[in-house]
Amino acid sequence: MGRFAPILPELILSVGATVLMMIAAFTGRRGSSLVSWLAILLLIAATAALVGAPSHAGPIFDGLISADLFASFGKAIMFPAAAVAIIAAQGWFGKEHEHSSEYSVLILFAAAGMSVMVSATSLISLYVGLELNSLASYVLASYRRTDERSAEAGLKYFVLGALASGILLYGISLLYGFTGTTNFTGLASAFARGAPSLGLLFGLVFLLAGLAFKISAVPFHMWTPDVYEGAPTPVTAFFASAPKVAAVLLSTRVCLDALAPATEAWRQIVIFAALASIFLGAVAAYGQNNIKRLLAYSSINNVGFVLIGLAGAGVAGASSVLFYMAVYVTMTLGAFLCVLWMRGADGEPIEEISSLSGLSQSRPGFAAALAVFMFSLAGIPPFFGFWAKLVVFNAAVKAGLLPLAVAGILGTVVGAYYYLKIVKVMYMDEPGAPYSRVREPVQGVLILIAAIAVSPLGYLLIGPLGTLSDMAAGSIF
Amino acid sequence: MGSLPLLTILIAIPLIAGVAALFVKANAARWLALIATLLDLALSVYLWVQFDPNGAQWQFTELNPLGNGKPWLGIDGIALVLIELTAFLMPICIGASWRSIEKRVPEYMAAFLLMEALMLGVFAAQDLFLFYIFFEGGLIPMYLIIGIWGGAERIKASYKFFLYTLLGSVLMLIAMIYMVQEAGTTSIPALMVTDFPVDAQKWLWLAFFASFAVKMPMWPVHTWLPDAHVQAPTAGSVILAGVLLKMGGYGFIRFSLPMFPEGSAMFVPFVFVLSGLAVVYTSLVALVQTDMKKLIAYSSVAHMGFVTFGLFAMNRQGIEGAMMVMLGHGLVSGALFLCVGVVYDRLHTREIARYGGLSDNMPGYALLFMVFTMASVGLPGTSNFVGEFLSLVGTYRASTWAAIAGTTGIILGAAYMLLLYWRICFGTQRHKDAAAMPDLSAREWWLLAPIALGVFWMGIYPESFIRPFRNDVGRVLERVQHVAPHYDASVVPGKAKVEAH
Repeated sequence: MGRFAPILPELILSVGATVLMMIAAFTGRRGSSLVSWLAILLLIAATAALVGAPSHAGPIFDGLISADLFASFGKAIMFPAAAVAIIAAQGWFGKEHEHSSEYSVLILFAAAGMSVMVSATSLISLYVGLELNSLASYVLASYRRTDERSAEAGLKYFVLGALASGILLYGISLLYGFTGTTNFTGLASAFARGAPSLGLLFGLVFLLAGLAFKISAVPFHMWTPDVYEGAPTPVTAFFASAPKVAAVLLSTRVCLDALAPATEAWRQIVIFAALASIFLGAVAAYGQNNIKRLLAYSSINNVGFVLIGLAGAGVAGASSVLFYMAVYVTMTLGAFLCVLWMRGADGEPIEEISSLSGLSQSRPGFAAALAVFMFSLAGIPPFFGFWAKLVVFNAAVKAGLLPLAVAGILGTVVGAYYYLKIVKVMYMDEPGAPYSRVREPVQGVLILIAAIAVSPLGYLLIGPLGTLSDMAAGSIF
Repeated sequence: MGSLPLLTILIAIPLIAGVAALFVKANAARWLALIATLLDLALSVYLWVQFDPNGAQWQFTELNPLGNGKPWLGIDGIALVLIELTAFLMPICIGASWRSIEKRVPEYMAAFLLMEALMLGVFAAQDLFLFYIFFEGGLIPMYLIIGIWGGAERIKASYKFFLYTLLGSVLMLIAMIYMVQEAGTTSIPALMVTDFPVDAQKWLWLAFFASFAVKMPMWPVHTWLPDAHVQAPTAGSVILAGVLLKMGGYGFIRFSLPMFPEGSAMFVPFVFVLSGLAVVYTSLVALVQTDMKKLIAYSSVAHMGFVTFGLFAMNRQGIEGAMMVMLGHGLVSGALFLCVGVVYDRLHTREIARYGGLSDNMPGYALLFMVFTMASVGLPGTSNFVGEFLSLVGTYRASTWAAIAGTTGIILGAAYMLLLYWRICFGTQRHKDAAAMPDLSAREWWLLAPIALGVFWMGIYPESFIRPFRNDVGRVLERVQHVAPHYDASVVPGKAKVEAH
């Protein structure tokens, strides 16, 4: 039994999800509320199971996964984020949708996949975790199957995702073929043996390309705006938060563990992807009038900043990635919960940015919260998003990547424009048709918590969060 | 030094009042803002009285409340006088908005109070990143003030203000990160005595320059200023000209000079050329303006040219003069914007040609406007004379050519200010509506008269203002002495005049 203690969270999630699927099948629509609360409970239990986990359990199951602090840090962000995504869906699918209880089950399966992703120390478990998460995600994207946009989003995500998985598998098979191992430690020692061969380099590039698709880094970002726009908003909120953390952390582990001796080889790829994501994410968002598309570009833009931290490499780089993701998830979930509350007089969701006009006068609290998230995403002090950016730039400067830091920070100015645009619409334009009130007190509390966390009060978290992310980062070296 | 964290209280009063103002009705918000700013003024006067000019460099210091024992807040004389300026102008701004702001008053007052907290924080911060947070955080309330309560072109002006200043500042952030890693501390007092490698200083200086030059603003990155001033509500312009621009000068004297002396010396000719252009060119531009606010905005750019001249002359007269220009300009330009606001509230136009002969129907207004015009021109006995004279003396010691450019600016300054005054207050009354305007109300007297008193006090007995920062200027000089440009027209850094005879 002791052997399974390190994977307790995964066990809770997968067994629990299977049981919940049965409950859902037998209770039908009546059970949807019950299932969603049970799912939240499972996620909380899985998070609680992280407490007291060994700080460095080392590789287990013949080096398939490693339940270290790095993985625990990721899970501690992802599980609550997944729970928020379930809460976000309450009252969304409820009235007009069939099978709404399966939504929670799919999220649980995705969470199990993500948790394998962040613990993976072998190319096989990496792929299995990624696919478990992806398959659940494809279904979630097309969850509103009667809605054309949702179906289109699901199909697009599936086709492009399959292509990316293929590329990833090709990279994995090349790496396996040239090194004879799928184990991260084995890969690292293979790369450490002098200059990598052409085959190894190809494997590395394909592997990173597949991962770049999952984190939606430019130039593999094309699916993001369409899928984010088409998918139901709670699903978009989920996509932008938890799976992104999983993919980013996975890439971090791959780069800093398996490919550590080949830092110079992957660093140029990461630097290109970082700058391209920052600038494309910033420029392409200019013309958007759909807030979900805009937030999609915002997430591409933010991935660019994370990659700057990753390019920094070393403990400082990994720590900055963890710190940034923790803050990013809070800001993004807060922003999407606000989007969820954009409902017209008939209660139907509205996604046009112009509908926010004059919100500060009709709904001052709502507008203030969204403005806080926007300023924070833009990285304007005194909001907490600024500190997250500072941390990644700190890592880049520490690694001597000054030109990268300068180029990246200029990108924040370009990006600031469209975040300001939302603030402008809410605060400076004449009031438009008011939104109908959403009666979801739990979501309201979550928005409030997120807003407080990214407000200047968040600076109180610098100490504990910094220590935790440093410790977690240290555990993969 | 009492045990009370006075600086924290100073910053907390407007912060708390600002948040509270959001939850009350319009009139309560006005009174709340006024009381909070007056309290802050009283507290800042207490700081001034308690400040010991011959004592330690940093007084009223407080350690980081998170308990890591790092310096957090604390002021020297330079910061003290700028805090006085801020605290003095804020109640006047609230008073100036008493009647002219009708819509969304609680939010307006909250924005101003947050602005005050952030500005005071900039001057009081002793931690590099704390400084940056206050410095950048000020953009948000100002963005909202211009964008919500501004004129017709407010949106464009607010974007321009925000993005322009942000672009300038982000490079400074990278430089700060580099400095912290190099020196291993975020404490500003410690960094002020750190010697950075000369090669690095060059780049660090440029990064800081990008930020402060935009904030200052120096030619050619001044173009955001006229837009922001023209579109901002009156009180917004007062704060912008009175305090925000001073952050640029404060940055130069706090960071660029003591932290990168070699870097500064390397760029003295560059700064002098830009300052000379600012003084002459923007004065000429001011001459042909038809909009009152725009004219004063350009005059601000010209006056800031004297500040940069004085600072980079790197001698006592220059730096003390630059400080006095900052203080004097803070009062005078603020007052001039208020004077524009007075007639704008009555006629709702800033066209100079729509006025004329106001001395007939508004004698009180004409009197005070005259005082501020003369102060802006630099008439002896007013605040600006002291500063401009000192900074030009300092400049002359560094470079005669720069001094010639500077003095030309004084003449041009007299030309555009007198022309403005003549066209508004003298001449025949061509417009009936302008001739029917009532003179200053009691409220407006209360706003302008204290500034006039300050202007004369500073002009007649500047010692009260120079005394607090005299030793601090001395400390800056110690850091830059070995590279200061010397005694002749040559601005080659560090080369003494030895080849004569």
